[in-house]
Amino acid sequence: MNIFGSIKRLYHQFASPPYFYRISGLWLPYIMGLFVLLFAAGLYSGLILAPIDYEQGEAYRIIYVHVPAAWMSMFIYIVMAITGAIGLIWRLKLAEIVMISSAPIGASFTFLALVTGSIWGKPMWNTWWVWDARLTSELLLLFLYFGVMALYNAIEDKRTAARAVAILALVGVVNIPIIHYSVEWWNTLHQGPTITKFDKPSIHLSMLVPLLIMAVAFKLFYIGSLFMRVRTELLAREQKSKWVTQLLETKSN
Amino acid sequence: MLDAWLQIFKRDLLIAFRRRSEIIHPLIFFVMVISLFPLAIGDDKVLLQKIAPAIIWVTALLATMLSLDNLFRSDFEDGSLEQMTLLKTPLSLLVTAKITAHWFITGLPLLLITPLLAVLLYVPTEMISMLLLTLLLGTPTLSLIGAVGIALTVGLRQGGVILSLLILPLYIPVLIFATLALQNSAQGFSAEAQLAMMLAILVLAITLSPFAIAAALKVSLN
Repeated sequence: MNIFGSIKRLYHQFASPPYFYRISGLWLPYIMGLFVLLFAAGLYSGLILAPIDYEQGEAYRIIYVHVPAAWMSMFIYIVMAITGAIGLIWRLKLAEIVMISSAPIGASFTFLALVTGSIWGKPMWNTWWVWDARLTSELLLLFLYFGVMALYNAIEDKRTAARAVAILALVGVVNIPIIHYSVEWWNTLHQGPTITKFDKPSIHLSMLVPLLIMAVAFKLFYIGSLFMRVRTELLAREQKSKWVTQLLETKSN
Repeated sequence: MLDAWLQIFKRDLLIAFRRRSEIIHPLIFFVMVISLFPLAIGDDKVLLQKIAPAIIWVTALLATMLSLDNLFRSDFEDGSLEQMTLLKTPLSLLVTAKITAHWFITGLPLLLITPLLAVLLYVPTEMISMLLLTLLLGTPTLSLIGAVGIALTVGLRQGGVILSLLILPLYIPVLIFATLALQNSAQGFSAEAQLAMMLAILVLAITLSPFAIAAALKVSLN
């Protein structure tokens, strides 16, 4: 009972804007510092230390940007749906802001995954774009992000907008598996084995480790940029509240 | 509960029959867009026959989306939607009455006129029944999914463009399975699997979307 009580207290404490603002300000330099370290380590080990792929040569190294970005694009949409549900159920302002602030970051990662995939596809498949199942569902994910951002920007009252977006994100999350499998089915029936889609080989450990480092680095970058966005949004929304004015007074002194 | 459902269903049908332009306009749009394709492509029988299912389905998708615009709009503006939220009957149930009525007004005429358009696009006669079957299974799903989008954007001034951004990605599974079913049956294969998937999606949409629509309407009424 005590454990649950303290978890609940911690949760509410963390969800209060002034507390979050203070704590995230303390954490932000460490998160971004760790990101820079891991990002450098991941790039170095991926681009220089990792062995050359016997099939794809040097070109495969774009995997170290492409795959983490694709992972993030899906991860962030799920974060949006979960924080959206939290915002809808408990009317937590912070959850709404996390959801909204995630959307542009997620869209950027999706865009990055598409662009790097396209650049990778040129030497491998000899074309910039293939209507491959994965590419197509990534493109549709980008459209879903655009929808979320368009809806949020179209509604004047931002709390109403956040609730509308939360419903949309939840509808989207139910639809993502359906879209994904329908696209997969569509593709396999259409193109079959004629396409030179390389089978993903079971990746060697020396190639896997840099990939995982990059994945963690990308996640840290997401958290860091999310914190920055959330802090700005909090200040903008709560500009008339006491803690913001107090903050400004202490800053200006 | 059933009484309220029937009342709203009848009321919406009655309103639609008094304002027939709302039934006819999406239909004219459907016919016009489809007749644009042969004009743009040229009178190429083989090509038109091949892409006819895609043309009809994409156009049906757009026509459904356009016709959805007046699903909640007038009720939203004159306040009757707010009255419906105050009823004892859950809003999620009442919206299904509105959507069913809406499908009878817009989806059914679309189905009825499709055989004629299929002939214009040189679709073989034995394909028409399959085309109608996919439309019968698909258009209610389109209405249900689209209703979520329209419920979210009903209070907005520039709702139309936003609506297409919101719901077109969600329409893709229906489009894929419908056109796959048609391609399969054109090549002489069984289309049962795709039709079963379409039915499954329809059942899922009937089960879940009323809750999303009701929640979205409550947000919009806020």
